[in-house]
Amino acid sequence: MTYVRPKFRHPELPKNKLGYTLSYYEGALSTLCAGCGHDSISAAIVQSCYEMDIEPHKVAKLSGIGCSSKTPAYFLSNSHGFNSVHGRMPSVATGAYMANRDLIYFGVSGDGDTASIGMGQFVHAVRRNLKMVYVVMNNGCYGLTKGQDSATADLGSKSKAGSVNPFEGIDLCGLALELGANFVAQSFSGDKHQLTPLIKAAINHNGFALINVISPCVTFNNNPGSTKSYDYVRQHIQTTGMADFVPIAETIEANYNEGTHKKIQMHDGSFLTLNKLAQDWDPTDRMSAVNALHASRAKHEVLTGLIYLNAQGKDLHNVLNSAATPLNTLKEDVLCPGNDALKGINEEMR
Amino acid sequence: MKPTDFKDPEYYHKVVDCQHACPAHTPVPEYIRQIAAGDYTSAYMINWDSNVFPGVLGRTCDRPCEPACRRGRVEEEPVAICRLKRVAADNKNADDVKALMPKGPFKSNGKKVALVGAGPASLTVARDLAPIGYEIHLFDELKAGGGFMRSQIPSFRLPEQVLNDEVNYILDLGIKQHFNHYVKSLKDLLAQDYDAVFVGSGAPLGRDLPDLPGRKEGGANIHIGINWLASVAFEHTSKIGKKVIVLGGGNTAMDCCRTSRRLGGEEVKVIVRSPFAEMKASPWEKEDAIHEDIPIIDNHVPKSFVVENGKLKGMMFEKVQAVYENGKRKLVPVGGPDVFFEADDVLCAIGQENSFPWIERDIAIEFDKWNMPVVNETTFQSTNKKVFFGGDAAFGPKNVITAVAHGHQAAISMHLFCMGMDLVADRPAPHVNLMHMKMGIHEWAYDSEVEPDLRYAVPQADKKLTLSNRMKEVELGFNLETGFKEAQRCLNCDVQTVFTESKCIECDACMDICPTACITFTENVETEEEMRKTLKAPATNLTQDILVSDLLPGTKRVMVKDENVCLHCGLCAERCPTSAWDMQKFFYNVTKAGKICQEPVLK
Repeated sequence: MTYVRPKFRHPELPKNKLGYTLSYYEGALSTLCAGCGHDSISAAIVQSCYEMDIEPHKVAKLSGIGCSSKTPAYFLSNSHGFNSVHGRMPSVATGAYMANRDLIYFGVSGDGDTASIGMGQFVHAVRRNLKMVYVVMNNGCYGLTKGQDSATADLGSKSKAGSVNPFEGIDLCGLALELGANFVAQSFSGDKHQLTPLIKAAINHNGFALINVISPCVTFNNNPGSTKSYDYVRQHIQTTGMADFVPIAETIEANYNEGTHKKIQMHDGSFLTLNKLAQDWDPTDRMSAVNALHASRAKHEVLTGLIYLNAQGKDLHNVLNSAATPLNTLKEDVLCPGNDALKGINEEMR
Repeated sequence: MKPTDFKDPEYYHKVVDCQHACPAHTPVPEYIRQIAAGDYTSAYMINWDSNVFPGVLGRTCDRPCEPACRRGRVEEEPVAICRLKRVAADNKNADDVKALMPKGPFKSNGKKVALVGAGPASLTVARDLAPIGYEIHLFDELKAGGGFMRSQIPSFRLPEQVLNDEVNYILDLGIKQHFNHYVKSLKDLLAQDYDAVFVGSGAPLGRDLPDLPGRKEGGANIHIGINWLASVAFEHTSKIGKKVIVLGGGNTAMDCCRTSRRLGGEEVKVIVRSPFAEMKASPWEKEDAIHEDIPIIDNHVPKSFVVENGKLKGMMFEKVQAVYENGKRKLVPVGGPDVFFEADDVLCAIGQENSFPWIERDIAIEFDKWNMPVVNETTFQSTNKKVFFGGDAAFGPKNVITAVAHGHQAAISMHLFCMGMDLVADRPAPHVNLMHMKMGIHEWAYDSEVEPDLRYAVPQADKKLTLSNRMKEVELGFNLETGFKEAQRCLNCDVQTVFTESKCIECDACMDICPTACITFTENVETEEEMRKTLKAPATNLTQDILVSDLLPGTKRVMVKDENVCLHCGLCAERCPTSAWDMQKFFYNVTKAGKICQEPVLK
């Protein structure tokens, strides 16, 4: 027996500015385990794209291998997609982004795909500052191969079989900060209220945007003693602040308070407003962000929310000073200066 | 908000829209599943237990279930519930059905009751009381049982054999039959040794237009619709003039005009005072009339009968339009000359009324200012404790299924009364049951897949054939293949989504998967009005409940489910890792009189 999603939708679903309902942004029915955090992240991506009135054909979804990397099949069916080799998604993303700078790039990866086999690729995508949203669906285990500890499993975390992880876990946010990432956020799949505005801000960010999402593996890593279980994360979650993404056209809501709220202007004039819960941390200061991460780690807390944002960074195309027109649309007449120009150059060399 | 009390059987009952809307609360999805499974006998018996006349109702019911059907809220049309009932009735195994019914002779309980009128209400009382030992005396002025089902519903809609079969199922339970027996005096009846009397004498008086000019002079060709239909049914009338006007916009008018077409009426028209859209007739009956080349002329008020040389020539009408003031409709003349329509015969089908000339006013039965008996709406008892009313006789003309529902309740009351129990306090609760539907991974004990098919049309016999023979049934009914497909359109609304908050880990899987955005996890708020606005999709249908959970263990939020457009597809339960969602079949059945004595809970 299998199961299919019925064709019918709620008859009064609201429509966005493009006239699409949320269902237009759906993907195929998920084949992941029931209750997988990844499905919740997919739903947050669907929600974000719907709310931002994004045309699905202007999005490219890229992924590697793993449970996480299957998810692009489960959202945005009307978008472009590339399911690449294990850990090699950043290379494909780089190529795609160089060829067409006009698309919105969603890199979807897991803790294995990013922190183990793909680590060498991930770090370069960060330091080159590709304009993309890089979502890590981080469950601390290799779910697809029955739940072995992954490189992001925390020291001391207990697996379903009862063994305790003897290694330090890789902190992807800390690593990204170290490598110069300008948008670093951490979230929890069980909190869409927080995750959705972060995804929206990341889509709008002019450069590499990392969102490390703790996404419990219900089948292999949701046991007592695991530090990536629904219960553990809920009990240890700490929030830097609730983010709200405000598009350019909209005004910021009235209850904005300078003392507890921070308003960060993004490159295009839109705003990210933060209801700051942690008062001793400044999301625009890299040192402060690193400190916040370390402090929460020492207290065994799971720090979520926007960690760091520098809206003024230069993305790869700006660094390389490449043409504003996507390279894939540049035709021969523009690319080839012609015989006369060549002759002129050659004359100069004589 | 406080958590919803879904332990109250009425909560889930309301979710099963069709069953809730049915006056007799027939377990609709249950029998539709039996039809899909090809078990027509079981489907028939579920119906028979609940509505007593599945074959009749499968052809003629007013189907209050269909406008209520959830399917009509997610796509264009509801499930063809009524005609599926006919599939069960047409394809049942007659021997098996008979074997499943109670068989006499029954052990007497020493009580004796009289039923006046042999229509659906009385027959229902008879069926419910006979098997528990009552001696039942059934009186009717006509020569056979069935009441208006026999005298009013034309054979081209309800073949006589179907009616006879279902009436006989009841008469065969050992009912003492007194046909061709008009009860002239209730006083006399009460003077006999009956322990209780049930009045199911219907609303036998057809309305007339006594004061319209020409009524007397043209009398020979002016007929009261229901009387005329009865006279056709009992073969006293076999023809009518070529030009016929039918006055009225109800289902009786539709039956009159269609019958006229079969008795020689060539130019038959229906002329009605109200606008077409507001006519009382069911939409499908109007369609069927129009299909038989009968124009329906609306917004015309009858002014006079035109009679020349003692012969009816036609009628004059005034043209009006409907004007609405404070929600009330007024028919205002549009001016201009009156309109004349030719007619050889006129049928008045402008309503019917109760009439109780045979009930004396000094036998402790109170009558109200409209000359209707005062009847308790729960117990159907009149102010004379021994006399019970039901069907059209109780609260005015309604329909067959309402009469059946009345019959069940009156039977319960009569039984409680005869046993010396309290009619309200001792009334039996409905039979309810919740049953897990999970069989394994991706496997459910019901067909959870939602078919996208649109409603199937019921095929009809050739018009040439049906118009030439009054007895030829127009509708052919679904064949088995189409019946199966139509049955598959049912959303199984009785398979409930049952939520256990203590098991929920708030992974959001149910909320993400729900195709119709029914489920929301949110902070609790004070009022339902506020809550309805905070949901994922607007919960604007106030006739549909929202299910609110207790505070969830993880985040102290609540789970809220809007029942309105839930497809009962089971995907929430399918995607729930902890079985916090479970699909459970909710079976609700109105307890009948026969069950009371078997249930030890009662004193």
